[in-house]
Amino acid sequence: MADLCDLTLAEARDGIRAKKFSSAELTRAHVDAMISARPLNAFISETPVIAKAMADESDKRIARGEARALEGLPLAIKDLFCTKGVRTTAASHILEPFVPTYESTVTSKLWADGAVMLGKANLDEFAMGSSNETSYFGPVENPWRKPGDNRARVPGGSSGGSAAAVAARFALGATGTDTGGSIRQPAAFCGIAGIKPTYGRCSRWGIVAFASSLDQAGPMARTVKDCAILLRSMSGFDPKDSTSVDMPVPDYEKALTGNIKGLKVGIPEEYRVDGMPAEIDAMWRRGADWLKAAGAIIKPVKLLLTTYALPTYYIVAPAECSSNLARYDGVRFGLRTKGDDLTGMYEGTRGEGFGREVRRRILIGTYVLSAGYYDAYYLKAQRVRALIARDFANAFNEVDVLLTPTAPSSAFARGEKSADPIAMYLNDVFTVPASLAGLPGMSVPAGLSSDGLPLGLQLIGRAYDEETVLRTAAVLEEAAQFEARPPVWWKQ
Amino acid sequence: MALDKATVTKIAHLARLRVADSEKDSLAGELSNILTFIAQLDQVDTTGVEPMTSVVAMPLPRRPDVVTDGHQQADVLKNAPESTAGFFVIPKVIE
Amino acid sequence: MVEAVSIVPTPALLKGETGDWELVIGLEVHAQVTSNSKLFSGAATDFGSEPNSQVSLVDAAFPGMLPVINEFCVEQAVRTGLGIEAEINLRSVFDRKNYFYPDLPAGYQISQYKQPIVGEGMVHVDLPDGSVRSVGIERLHLEQDAGKSLHDQHPKNTYVDLNRSGIALMEIVSKPDMRSGEEAGAYVRKLRTILRYLGTCDGNMEQGSLRCDVNVSVRKPGDKLGTRCEIKNVNSVRYLQQAVDYESRRQIEELEAGRPIKQETRLYDANTGTTRSMRSKEEAHDYRYFPDPDLQPLQLTADYVARIKATLPELPDAKRARLESELRIAPYQARVLVAEKESADYFEAFVAAVAKRTGKPLQDIGQDCANVVVTELFGILNKEGKPIEASPISADALASLQALKMDGTISGPTAKKVFEEMFATGKDAAAIVEEKGLKQVSDTGALEALVDKVIAENPKQVEQFRGGKETVITFFIGQIMKLSRGTANPGLLNELLKKKLQG
Ligand SMILES: [Mg+2]
Ligand SMILES: [Zn+2]
Repeated sequence: MADLCDLTLAEARDGIRAKKFSSAELTRAHVDAMISARPLNAFISETPVIAKAMADESDKRIARGEARALEGLPLAIKDLFCTKGVRTTAASHILEPFVPTYESTVTSKLWADGAVMLGKANLDEFAMGSSNETSYFGPVENPWRKPGDNRARVPGGSSGGSAAAVAARFALGATGTDTGGSIRQPAAFCGIAGIKPTYGRCSRWGIVAFASSLDQAGPMARTVKDCAILLRSMSGFDPKDSTSVDMPVPDYEKALTGNIKGLKVGIPEEYRVDGMPAEIDAMWRRGADWLKAAGAIIKPVKLLLTTYALPTYYIVAPAECSSNLARYDGVRFGLRTKGDDLTGMYEGTRGEGFGREVRRRILIGTYVLSAGYYDAYYLKAQRVRALIARDFANAFNEVDVLLTPTAPSSAFARGEKSADPIAMYLNDVFTVPASLAGLPGMSVPAGLSSDGLPLGLQLIGRAYDEETVLRTAAVLEEAAQFEARPPVWWKQ
Repeated sequence: MALDKATVTKIAHLARLRVADSEKDSLAGELSNILTFIAQLDQVDTTGVEPMTSVVAMPLPRRPDVVTDGHQQADVLKNAPESTAGFFVIPKVIE
Repeated sequence: MVEAVSIVPTPALLKGETGDWELVIGLEVHAQVTSNSKLFSGAATDFGSEPNSQVSLVDAAFPGMLPVINEFCVEQAVRTGLGIEAEINLRSVFDRKNYFYPDLPAGYQISQYKQPIVGEGMVHVDLPDGSVRSVGIERLHLEQDAGKSLHDQHPKNTYVDLNRSGIALMEIVSKPDMRSGEEAGAYVRKLRTILRYLGTCDGNMEQGSLRCDVNVSVRKPGDKLGTRCEIKNVNSVRYLQQAVDYESRRQIEELEAGRPIKQETRLYDANTGTTRSMRSKEEAHDYRYFPDPDLQPLQLTADYVARIKATLPELPDAKRARLESELRIAPYQARVLVAEKESADYFEAFVAAVAKRTGKPLQDIGQDCANVVVTELFGILNKEGKPIEASPISADALASLQALKMDGTISGPTAKKVFEEMFATGKDAAAIVEEKGLKQVSDTGALEALVDKVIAENPKQVEQFRGGKETVITFFIGQIMKLSRGTANPGLLNELLKKKLQG
């Protein structure tokens, strides 16, 4: 039998149904791979015992002819999703001891469809970061390395553990969350696919909040089709989340018709930013050519406020996070450090429990909301945000989907940008605008950089039109024929 | 936009974050850089633009007034660093 | 709806060393919404349960928990807004008010800041001298209640119970329109009455369903507003007046000693009747309000508001006006009757039952019925410290007594005795009258026999009468009443006696 870990999620699903192998076999192969891939540090908690039990249950279902959409398929769950009885840390010291008594809506849906949990994937602390270097549980290493260069490279962030696990083939797919690019940018850095659906598609209930108006869960997998399959299971109205949208969930897999004839694809010139490497620009042009060759109409569009998206994001997200993270106070759950009095307990717990980047964002957020600054920063940012959304709305009067690069560089070396927050923030320059407007965005592997690292292209769609995004992404994927694999250096 | 050490102290207290004195200068520098970065927004004319409060196109959903939750004292207290007799316990607060 | 009588109150001035001072008071009333479940979670709202037993993970702000609004609480806020003659804002926004406190689990309270659900309104306050004064309402907004911190259970620790956390509150903010503790008290009483009529808050101050924060400042008459202090923890009308009295004196003393007033939050201590600065609130607050990204703005339609308006009950001012005009009840009694919803309900049921039994129009029986309820019933209830709900005489039972009196079956004095018996035993009027033979004797034959008997037994008094001392007739009436155990019809008896004595 071929290595079960080389199968795509769709292939594994079909193989299980055809009884070519059992979920127990498939899961064991992935658990073994997970354990041998520990040098990547992609997981905060491994759950092999739970995985085995879930796989056995799946096999019973399959034997009874009751296979569900994701029956028996092992997945990595970003450790930002609360999982009942399984420690959930958000990669933070402050939540290190936290064991939820409840299950997030998105993971509940995955389990209800038969998926198997391999473990809780590493991430940037509270999903704040673009390199997975801010985790209290240590950085994740990208499975990709530059040929002839053994330095660790970052997997991107914040869903870096999820991306690494999928890219290194020890999870068929993974959940991610994306606030400003946290699914798309690590997908691009690790050579996999990932989609952030429209804000409101996936319930946020049970996901540790970072910035509530931006946070959105989505799937990460090695193919567009795998993402489509996972997204269908993860989506849907949830009465427990007031921002969850009450709309039917399409069969996304069926949307992958391969036909984009006459589809209007917009190229926002403003994304051609200063200092963008020529090879990324070339990749972008190549992507447009592929779509054109498949029958799409390529049109330039204007997104004039693009450069203001990042500064807007770095007001809105920290402001919301400063408030969302106030609940970590040592009273009801998580870390508590002793203090002489209540204030001492609060300040000690939070000072010790949060890492440097999280503290930085809490401080910025507190500052921009504080008396006398609210109008100048927060209110101003929300006005610019409205303009950014309007820009997109105008563009979508002319085109059906937008094509852009996912990130301005390939995976950089660990430590390269961690000293300079602004340089780090610039990683998200192409992903943040769609987040601010709540639009669906997907990254697809498009090729390798000159130094042998993956590059991704991004598609941005209209609100609730993930189908067009996925269909176009599948055409790109087909044209790109991205078959490169990371060298397996981690198995001793 | 430069942010001084005193302001760092003030907002750190507002956010209940203990920041070592030795850290304050470097933090002030980093935060000032971020503030300079976000000050770019001053260049955008937003006259007459309504601030965006939500990207959700749906009206606020409302639930019926029915008791559907609670009665889970054990779960509520399960993760508490300290609890007794059904209460969370914290260092004494003086009013 | 009652016309606003005056908005600018006549200031009751306070004497100080340096002359007169005017007191300016504004109130923030927190009224717990009467609902089954909490504002943003499905946990119950019952008072006095096991600690942390009525807590959803939303109320305890666990990671990933999200608020979903209770439609009934929205309706109750709109209903209250309509009841205080206020503007209903069809678009309102929920904001986060950020501060750290152990009974505030999320580190923020979901409240409404710049765009509350209810705007400006008016409450007509009844003052003890019978006058009515209008107090402006600044706004009413919906927000979450906090949990409870218990500081006195342990020497070194504070205990936290989140049962109250997340219960819906209406914060009703008045304008600084009050000028004395008495007015402030009357305002709270009236507001409470309105809430109870509307059924939107049970108004129970002891259990904390209705809580007042009082803003007090003083100024020299005609000056601009002085610096105010906010007094918290005032949980009865009596305490409110005490707190205002103490605080205004304190401020005057400070100012007259040349010390400016510091704007601060003070705590009322019911044991000493004083206020003191609150240490925990000493630092300047910076709440960092911003719209809650977990909740879209709340949009209502004019139609929705109209539908609620159509279901509003008759409110105390309107009821009082109707009692005065349609039932011809004197202002004093009308006011007493409407002050509590239960009293008014009782009275209305009573008067309707009397009208039904006697066939008399309401305007003819209103005042007499009011006298019975206000004087007799409230009198004895007050004496026994019972609320109207605990009255052993139901409105219908009282109506049967009133009907017996009105159709002449029993006399007025007998009615009083029967009333007392009913109150003591819970028996109904007819049974008591029957059992004790208290029916008024209006039978001329029977009365004549008694009159003859008494005249025959008292020749001396007959002599006196016939000799011109007509007042001696009261002696005969007394004797006959004694013999008839009060059942003799007094009018008839008088007539008979005069005839026989003169005869
Ligand atoms: Mg207040
Ligand atoms: Zn309040």
